[in-house]
Amino acid sequence: MTDLTVNLPGMAMDNPVMTASGCFGFGKEYSQFYDLNTLGAITVKAVTAEPRSGNPPPRTAETNSGMLNAIGLQNPGMNKAVAADLPFLEDYDLPVLVNVAGNQQDDYVNVVDHLSRQAKLSAFELNISCPNVSCGGLQFGSDPESAYKLTKAVKNTTEHPIYVKLSPNVTDITEIARAVEEGGADGLSMINTVLGMKIDLQSSRPLLGNERGGLSGPAIKPIAVRMIYDVSQAVSIPIIGMGGVASADDVIELMLAGASAVAVGTANFADPYACPRIIGDLPARMHELGWKSAQDLTGRSWNHCKSPLSTLR
Amino acid sequence: MKTADFKVISHRQIADHIFQLILTGEEAANMTEPGQFVHVQIPGKTAPLLRRPLSIADAEPAAKQCTLIYRAEGPGTKQLAAAGEGDVVNLLGPLGNGFTSAPEQDGKAVLIGGGIGVPPLYYLAKRFAASGIALDIYLGFRTKGEVFLQKAFADLGQTTITTEDGSFGEKGYVTDQIKALRGNETFYACGPRPMLRAVQEAAESKAYLSLEERMACGVGACLSCVCESARSVNSPYVKICSDGPVFNSAEVKI
Repeated sequence: MTDLTVNLPGMAMDNPVMTASGCFGFGKEYSQFYDLNTLGAITVKAVTAEPRSGNPPPRTAETNSGMLNAIGLQNPGMNKAVAADLPFLEDYDLPVLVNVAGNQQDDYVNVVDHLSRQAKLSAFELNISCPNVSCGGLQFGSDPESAYKLTKAVKNTTEHPIYVKLSPNVTDITEIARAVEEGGADGLSMINTVLGMKIDLQSSRPLLGNERGGLSGPAIKPIAVRMIYDVSQAVSIPIIGMGGVASADDVIELMLAGASAVAVGTANFADPYACPRIIGDLPARMHELGWKSAQDLTGRSWNHCKSPLSTLR
Repeated sequence: MKTADFKVISHRQIADHIFQLILTGEEAANMTEPGQFVHVQIPGKTAPLLRRPLSIADAEPAAKQCTLIYRAEGPGTKQLAAAGEGDVVNLLGPLGNGFTSAPEQDGKAVLIGGGIGVPPLYYLAKRFAASGIALDIYLGFRTKGEVFLQKAFADLGQTTITTEDGSFGEKGYVTDQIKALRGNETFYACGPRPMLRAVQEAAESKAYLSLEERMACGVGACLSCVCESARSVNSPYVKICSDGPVFNSAEVKI
């Protein structure tokens, strides 16, 4: 019997597979396809204090083994999210991770404070790594000092666990990871999209309305694996791994690299059943590879004898 | 809503770069609304990451058949063009909201299609013709070699073809033909943005426009395929995949 359960701060999960922010709305669309309780957890679309209209279209462009997006954090704002979107998930029995974005530190504090008091949720994910907005977001994700201050300020605002979503668009991701751990983060989410661009040959101009976009999908998985491998050895807080995950093998790989749970993003677009398919495939694949518990996978690529194995291989 | 495997019954080229794909599958029983689309997974060993949104050109729900007509333009649709009889194609759909409004009583339906915007109008024309609604059909193409379905449309109503170079039918744009129209017509259009803008101006509020945009999820979750809303009550954008793809012309800024 394969044990798929994993325990992360604020999130006791039946299996390690969750959805990635921005790829699953607030869950409603995909509830037409399957019972969301199948998921280990759900991460909802970024919420900001005020409504955001997002970037002008075109907002996506397919690339080899990936896609660029530049949605620009379009969301209804925290008041409407609390009133109209988040209550939908109250009917489900699974951890809800709420992604929060803002322009400045006070925005994050305000949204976290408001949602902590008004909404039913398990934990927050601070989006300090959105490449598609002109101010805020990535500025916190690329400067250890402001990432530290932001994390600390938000931690002082809420009792809920805080995960900080890191950007790969930095020189040394371990530096940012250490800074947010120091600031009190309970966990990390990584990686956000990789900054990229596509030029339209007909118009000879950048194709996306926002010109630059974030690359996601299988193309970035090796980047995610490497960064999770490095960061998991530099910090002692758990990591939610993401970046091009589309199969049970990908989940196992990111966990071996150092993730404690894994989020699926772009794969949902190609196959709306991606998450339940991966969750269904996981026990047999783990069994084939000789693993009895998902928790044993974490960091095993670099820590071969961290503790006695709960199972004999 | 679900994804389902369909089997290719026939697949042939019907004009320059234009292919007609006839499929059979259980889910075709739900393809009852002209103007909806399916999100097509390109078959093959190294398929592109994302599905391709293709309009439903025709469907026989009782016979569990549907027809897709598409232009083999990029790598994905060119790969789809290689699918042969008996091959399996996975579809997500039918998706979105189609043409749900009939013309006012005694009114005429004016169908305006441009290029690869023509296919969904065929299913609509069949539906209207079966209900005894008078049809005026205007179809625009770049050149003679790209003209398709002209005979099929001509069987259903008065059909005018335009080509930009005058090599077939009337020379010029399809929108030149509708400028003179005024009265109790209701417009139904699908085609390139400049064409839809011209229809929007000519028809004021009695027009239904089918829009196209780059899509990822196709079900309203990713917020990729948006269009500026003209009403802007809740959000400045509407989602083409799940709010549309067919909109009342007064709802959208194009």
